[in-house]
Formats: sequence, C-alpha cells, structure tokens
Amino acid sequence: MSGTASTYVPKSRVAKWFESRLPIVGLVHSSFIAYPVPRNLNYFWTFGAILAAFLGIQIITGVWLAMHYEPSATGAFNSVEKIMRDVNYGWLLRYAHANGASMFFVAVYVHMFRALYYGSYKAPREVLYILGVIIYLLMMATAFLGYTLPWGQMSFWGATVITNILAAIPVVGDTIQSLLWGGYSVGNPTVNRFFSLHYLLPWMIAGVVVLHVWALHVTGQNNPAGIPIKSGKDAVPFTPYATVKDVFATVVFMILFAWFLFFMPNYLGHADNYIQANPAVTPAHIVPEWYFLPFYAILRAVPDKLGGVILMFSAVIILAFAPWLDTSRIRSCNYRPIYRQFMWVFLGVCFLLGWLGSQPPEGGYVIASQICTAYYFAHFLLVMPLCGLFETPKPLPGSIVESVTGPGRQISGAGMPAGAAAAPQVKG
Amino acid sequence: MAMTRVLSTTLAAAMAALLLGAPARAEDAHGGPVPPRVNWSFAGMFGRFDEAQLQRGFQVYKEVCSACHSMKLVSFRNLTQEGGPHFSASQVKALAATYQVKDGPNDSGDMFERPGRPADTFPPPFPNDQAAAAANGGKAPPDFSVIAKARTFSRGNLTFLYDWLPFVGYTEQGPDYIHGLINGYKDAPKDFALPEGGHYNLYYPGHIIAMPPPISDGQVTYPKDDKGQPVVPETTEQYGKDVGAFLMWAAEPHMMDRKALGFRVILFLIILSGLLYYVKKKVWADVGGEVHGLQPELHKAW
Repeated sequence: MSGTASTYVPKSRVAKWFESRLPIVGLVHSSFIAYPVPRNLNYFWTFGAILAAFLGIQIITGVWLAMHYEPSATGAFNSVEKIMRDVNYGWLLRYAHANGASMFFVAVYVHMFRALYYGSYKAPREVLYILGVIIYLLMMATAFLGYTLPWGQMSFWGATVITNILAAIPVVGDTIQSLLWGGYSVGNPTVNRFFSLHYLLPWMIAGVVVLHVWALHVTGQNNPAGIPIKSGKDAVPFTPYATVKDVFATVVFMILFAWFLFFMPNYLGHADNYIQANPAVTPAHIVPEWYFLPFYAILRAVPDKLGGVILMFSAVIILAFAPWLDTSRIRSCNYRPIYRQFMWVFLGVCFLLGWLGSQPPEGGYVIASQICTAYYFAHFLLVMPLCGLFETPKPLPGSIVESVTGPGRQISGAGMPAGAAAAPQVKG
Repeated sequence: MAMTRVLSTTLAAAMAALLLGAPARAEDAHGGPVPPRVNWSFAGMFGRFDEAQLQRGFQVYKEVCSACHSMKLVSFRNLTQEGGPHFSASQVKALAATYQVKDGPNDSGDMFERPGRPADTFPPPFPNDQAAAAANGGKAPPDFSVIAKARTFSRGNLTFLYDWLPFVGYTEQGPDYIHGLINGYKDAPKDFALPEGGHYNLYYPGHIIAMPPPISDGQVTYPKDDKGQPVVPETTEQYGKDVGAFLMWAAEPHMMDRKALGFRVILFLIILSGLLYYVKKKVWADVGGEVHGLQPELHKAW
C-alpha cells in the first residue's frame, strides 16, 4: 500500500521484527509523520482532519445509540424518547449524533468547495477526488437512512418521498422500491432494513476513507498555489506542523458543534419529527434535512418525476467529471481571474438552491429553482470547459516558497530535512 | 477585467432580485399573526426552569389539560427531578396513588387495576386513540409528552440566518406557540367561514381548531402567599405561560443539565483552542512561520 519509500527506521529489535513482517508502522509513519506537506496550506486544508474526527464521533455515538434503539414501527419513536429521558447521558449521545451529522456535512461542503476552488481534482489527483465523491454519496445515503430512524412524521414521509423517487428508475425501480420497503408501503420492515443499512454504510465510508488517504499518500496534497513541491524548502513534515494545525482547527470547529449540541440541539432538525409517524396524516410541507435542500430544489424544479430524479442524481454525479470538464491547466483559482468569479457565483447559486428547497414548490420559487438548476449544470458543462479555453491566467509563482514570500526573497527555516524528498514532491 | 466586473455585477443583481422577489410572494402563503414572545426563564445560554412555575404548570395540566391530553412518555417519578418541578418523593408517591393503573396479567391470568406508583407513566385519559377520537369529534387530542418540541411557526423566510446565534438566537417557538394558542381564541372575522364545531384561533394553522377554549380566568386556584393573595394572577395569560413552561420541561427534562454541561464544554474548548493556537505558533516558528488564511500576498496583484 505504498507509493513512496518509507523513511521509517525501526529502532528496537521487536520493531524491526514486526516491520519486516507487516510494515504498518512504517506506513503510518510515512503517511502521518514524515509525509511532506506544502508549507503554504491554509485552513481550508484542515477539513480533512475535521471530517475524520466526525466520522469517529458518529461511529462511537452511533454504536452506543444502537444499544438502546428499537428498530420497529411501533417502538422506534418511544425508544428514542427513552434514550432522551432515561438512558444516562442518552440526550448527549442522541443530540451529538444528530448534530454531528449536520456538522459532518458542514465540514464536507467546505472540503468540497476547497477541492473545486483550488483545482484539487486535476491530474494527478482524479482518483483521489472521485473517491471523495463516492464518500459524499455514501454520506448522503447514510444520513437519509439515519433521519428515518426516529420514526417521526418527517422520517416517515421523507422515507416515502425518497423511496417513491427510486421507483421512477426505469426497469429496476419497482424492485428496488419493494426491496427497501420490505412490503407494499413504508412500514415496519422498512425501519428494520433502514436500521441495518444505516449501521452498514458508515463502515463502507471508513473503507473508502482508507482508499482516499492512500490515494492522497501517492499524489501528495494540492495547495493554494496549485503548483507542485519542487524542493525541500517548499514542504514541511506532516508532524508536527500539519498535525498541530489540524488539531487546533478541529478544536475550534468543535466549539461550533458544541454550540448546536448543547444550546440549539433541535435547531437543524424539524419540529414535525417529534410527532410520531402517522401514515394517515401528511405534514403540510415535507422538507428534507438542510444538507439535502439544494438537491431537493433541483428535484422539484422539473415538472416530470423521472426528469427530476435524473437531474437530482446528475447534480451529484457530475462532480465526478470535473477533472475532465475543466480544460484549464491551472489548478488554483488564485491565478484564474475569471473562473474565480464564477466559482463564487456557483457557491451563491448552491446556497440559493438550498433556500429554495426549503420553500413550498409553487409560483416564483419553482421558476427561481429552474433558473438556479440551469446555472448549476451550466457551471460544469459550459463555464468549466470554456473558461479554461478563453481565460488568460495570471503568471504562476516559481515555487511554493515564492508564492508565500514574493519573488526573490528567502524564507528562514529548513522545511523538509535533506534527503526526505519522497515521491510526492515530484509527482504533484 | 472590466467585462468580468460587469458580469459579476449583473449576476449579483439577478440574485438579489430573486432573493428579494421571492419572500414578497411568500407573505401570502405563510403570512398570519405570530405568537408573541414570552420572556421565558429557561431561554438562552443560562436559562433555568422556575420550579414554582413548573409546579403551577403541572397543576394546570393535571386539573385541565389531562382530561383530554395524554402524556404517555412522562413518569410520576420525573416530577421529583432536580431541574424539573422538584416535588418531594412523598408528594409524588401520594399523587401517583390517586391514579388507577391497569396492570397484569396476574397469576390467574386476569388484568387488574391498582393504585399508581412513582415508576408508572401518566395513565392516558382514553384507552386508545380511537376512543380519544370518538370522544372528541373525530380527532384524537395530541399527546403532550414532546408537544413543546413538536410545534413551531414561521416568522418569515430569512430568520434562520440569525436565529441560531448566541444572545440573539431564538429556539422557544414551541412554548410560545402553546402560550399563544391558549390565548389566541378570538371572534372569527365577518367573512371567515367557520365550520360547525370549529373555533377560531389566531395562531392555529388555518385558524380553525376543534378544541374549544380550554381554560378561562380563575379556573385553576393557585397557591396563596402570606396575605392570602395568589402568588401570580389567576388569568388565562398566566396559565398559558405556566403550562407552556411545564410542557417545555416535559419535552426536555434534562435541559438544565444540558446547558450547564454545554457551558463548561465550550469554555474548555475555547481555552484549549487558545493554548493550541500558541503551541502551533511556536512549532511553526521553527520553519519561519506559517502562511495564514487566504494569503493576502496573492490577492494584492489582482
């Protein structure tokens, strides 16, 4: 699992014995200690560590919640309330898990915007990036399944809407739908299945995260200048420099998390989900969790059901084609004066789509959703290819050090120790 | 360069038009009066439940609401909880014993009735939802266990932008709605078609509510102070506040623990992040300092 020669030298006899049989210590050493990190990384690059922390938080709180949760249509709602009321610190576990999911998405959206803004998807990092898109897809599935588990009104009707969407898929749609339902409507078997799948998918996420880190290990990190590491001075070792920065950023992000968890635990949810699921009563507005709203707006922008479903899934899948849709050879938007503006407009359109997704699908909202949906796809299909062809990029700095200090000036400190010039430095 | 400026200005203007244009339409759909904001003792970072108020609120629930509304998830023992009504154990034991609870089957296979115990949940007023619906004009009165978290209202389209912020934030829609609803019974406007058996309520979605005005001034007798006067006015306004606070507690019995722990956690995280900031600065000083944020150097030329 190594794209680079490890610089790890085992010292004790036991360590030597072990390393010659399973070089896992060397692997961790070369991935998280000696790994060369571009010295100009800004705080956007700390979100990988933040995401890893949240994957851990979600898995730990989730395993504990599963010990008390009862996956059945009659018992789910009350068992969640039992957790809230009678399990020791059950309220903490549940609110941490529910708000942790939201924070996970906040972090992943920052991480994704970073990748798009600084061109982290371009060669040689296409596979690294596509693995990221797969993780995002798995996260969405996991979050949706998790939201159905408390079996409140939004859980039930959200499950109904989404499974009906899947039925629109030609040929296999009905089969997929009845497989998920376990019957002829959303009901007791559905909760059971969703719980099983909700427990399964995080481990798949963890698996793809390992591949994601592996691919990162091979290609090295992109950086705000978007140029490769050229000498030892351009890089610093991961530990302690990136480690301490990641830990600092993670702790700061935890303040935001703690704020929601302890003081606004239901702010990001929906009041209707505290009403037990009732197939006979439809809520006035069925709205998904905030992190799905942009895609919900795209789904509802199209009058045709199948067309809406296709567009909604395309909106995610199109991300995976970014490496080939973008024709510019410059990675970082810092050196792309025109595309850079489109990037911010794109971000604005995404926010707007999110807000439109929370509004009722009528009148002006639908028209606005259609305009924004068109722009969303135009960004990938028109702006990305055309900007690369017509834009005159600004001159790139000679090196990462130069991008920091300006041309011709020196920087103090050694950077990477001599001889530690591992493969990522020349590949990026 | 000029062209890109024009481009971004045009797009910004288009977006602003969308943002400003859409809410104007939304007023028609979601408009309507918003329940007034009550100055709750439990709101905000340092909010605490007022024990006396929770006890009065429980009295209102017990004497008035519980005739129709169940509270199936709350146990008698919860009433002794600190950070709750905090009744004494003996008070609650005596209270529970006044209820008849269905238990069984016993050794001979029969169900039987016995006096309630603190570990029991509040017995519902109707044996099942169908019976509740049949006795109440076709619709079962909702359970009250989490009602304060299950009700909300919209104050406009963009309040979500600041409702989560410290000090200006607002998360008490639930109890405000309850207080508003109890005091929201008004005569229907002349052109309003009120169906048979319906009542006009200012804050109920659609304004037609099946529940008749649930409580009136002086209906519940509150404890008296030294001079023989009620500690708080025996008015619908006050009943609404007290029962709103009680139902918030019933929905969120650990709120005070949560806020107390949260304050300590956030304080800890702020101190820890301060220390980590300086550790990071010291570490990075070895390699000539770190590059910050969005790299102003890169933006100067632009």
